Amino acid sequence: MADSILDVRGIHKSFGALKASDGITLDLKPGEIHALIGPNGAGKSTLIKQIAGGLNPDSGSVHFMGRDVSVMTVAARARLGLARTFQISALAMGYTVLENAVLGAVGETGSVFRFFKPAMKDADLLGRAYAALDRVGLRDQAGVITSELSHGQRRQLEVAVALTLAPKAFLMDEPMAGMGAEGSKELTTFLQDLKHEAPILLVEHDMDAVFALADRISVLVYGKIIATGSVADIRANADVRTAYLGEEDAA
Amino acid sequence: MIAERHLNAIILAILVLIPAYAVIADEPFTITLATKAVILALAGVGLNFALGQGGLVSFGHAAYFGIGGYAMGILASHAQSYTPLMEVPFVIEGSNSMPVIWLVAVISGGLLALLIGALSLRTRGVYFIMVTLAFGQMLYYFAISWPAYGGEDGLSIYVRNQFPGLNTLVPIQFFGLCFVILLIVLFIVNRLNKSPFGLALMGAHQNEERAKTVGIDVYKMRLVAFAISGAITALAGALFADLNRFVSPVMFDWHTSGQIMVFIILGGVARLFGPIVGASLYILLEHFLGGMSEYWQIYLGAILLFMVLFAKGGIIGRLSKKEQTHGG
Repeated sequence: MADSILDVRGIHKSFGALKASDGITLDLKPGEIHALIGPNGAGKSTLIKQIAGGLNPDSGSVHFMGRDVSVMTVAARARLGLARTFQISALAMGYTVLENAVLGAVGETGSVFRFFKPAMKDADLLGRAYAALDRVGLRDQAGVITSELSHGQRRQLEVAVALTLAPKAFLMDEPMAGMGAEGSKELTTFLQDLKHEAPILLVEHDMDAVFALADRISVLVYGKIIATGSVADIRANADVRTAYLGEEDAA
Repeated sequence: MIAERHLNAIILAILVLIPAYAVIADEPFTITLATKAVILALAGVGLNFALGQGGLVSFGHAAYFGIGGYAMGILASHAQSYTPLMEVPFVIEGSNSMPVIWLVAVISGGLLALLIGALSLRTRGVYFIMVTLAFGQMLYYFAISWPAYGGEDGLSIYVRNQFPGLNTLVPIQFFGLCFVILLIVLFIVNRLNKSPFGLALMGAHQNEERAKTVGIDVYKMRLVAFAISGAITALAGALFADLNRFVSPVMFDWHTSGQIMVFIILGGVARLFGPIVGASLYILLEHFLGGMSEYWQIYLGAILLFMVLFAKGGIIGRLSKKEQTHGG
């Protein structure tokens, strides 16, 4: 386990009588896509918040790059290189595509407390921003106001902003949500490439995408990981079939 | 619709031409009105940085306006009576030099905003509004009950403070001084808005989660913005006290906070020149409507209601489309 980028060790989180995280242990190794699946209400969002920050576990720990980040803020974890994309696009909607990407670069370079030189004339910030936009194919939209982007383009921009952080790991919450078949396919190819740069913890409902992409899959049900394994393992696992996939789908 | 740049140039031109005309026509009162507009605009520029760019709806900016006023009042009253401000552990004399007073006002305004911000920025929405309001009112009642500097009656300063090379008692010279300060502050705020700091501040206003996930310490950033905002409004407070040669607890009152906010809403939230247009219009209304009726604020209320309902971007928003602050 020593070579894991991200290491979640036995975290518990309860809300009253509800055990949202009931001793969850999972890790993310270099170069892999580890998919997290589970029915609605399984505690995926709670788990993500404990990994990305914003919610501290009652017990257990989250290690990132060998450091205990269990009680660090979202911003501190991001500065260590944990990049996150959201299920519902979290972007500055009044900003242009480029401004959003530059915002990411400002965070990455720690230049928030620079007060005088215009951000949009800073060659370093612009270079990072354009490089990220190039990679997701949004350079031509650089001047477009984000609220005018299509849903799929917003998802791409989410990924671009994450890329500006030069991350050590990605935490992606349903990146395929609401994407058309074409968009999903493109993103799938893109993520397959991206994982060699930094591993991806992928929370996704799109089973086709998960089975196509994931090196490992963990199944979360009622706050517990009931199975972790390769695509074939998970397909064959009887518990997973009854709990999640449903008998008829698994046939 | 005209370009914001051109509109701003026109606004500045009007702001210079009116007092210039008043000099020729020998109407010193008009110059005083223009000076008041410039100073209140400056207070609005301060609040607009927190409220417009940062999304921090402070209903307690009278605290900074007031502390700037009292910085002037306290320093000048000691200079006037030739008594030191304090003797233990070391002697601090009063001062009637404007640059010294401004410096003290800016520093105390900034520090006060740091303190109030550190506590209030932990809250959100209506709670933030209420907490800032409460701090402002605390200072208001403190000023009323503190007898050393006039208590409820306030402090009168008999001679306007001095600025090297100028006779500040000549209305047009004092106007020029205030106008140049406004220009300098506008330049600085404009640079701030375009800087990485401004980009991140406005980004966090639009989507706080996004700013955090790219590694920005939003609380710390907002605290710095709040301190800058308070420092600017405190500078305006010092000038306002010098304009009237009088400072009283009213400067700390929540009505003052509301007034500063009205300038921004009238002129245009998050627009660089919004507070200038708003404060000027306010002064015009106060002067002309106030001359007709004691209840002129009823009309102000109607105008404000109209603006909020039909012209969300304020007057500037009606006349000029918002450009991307950062361009590109």
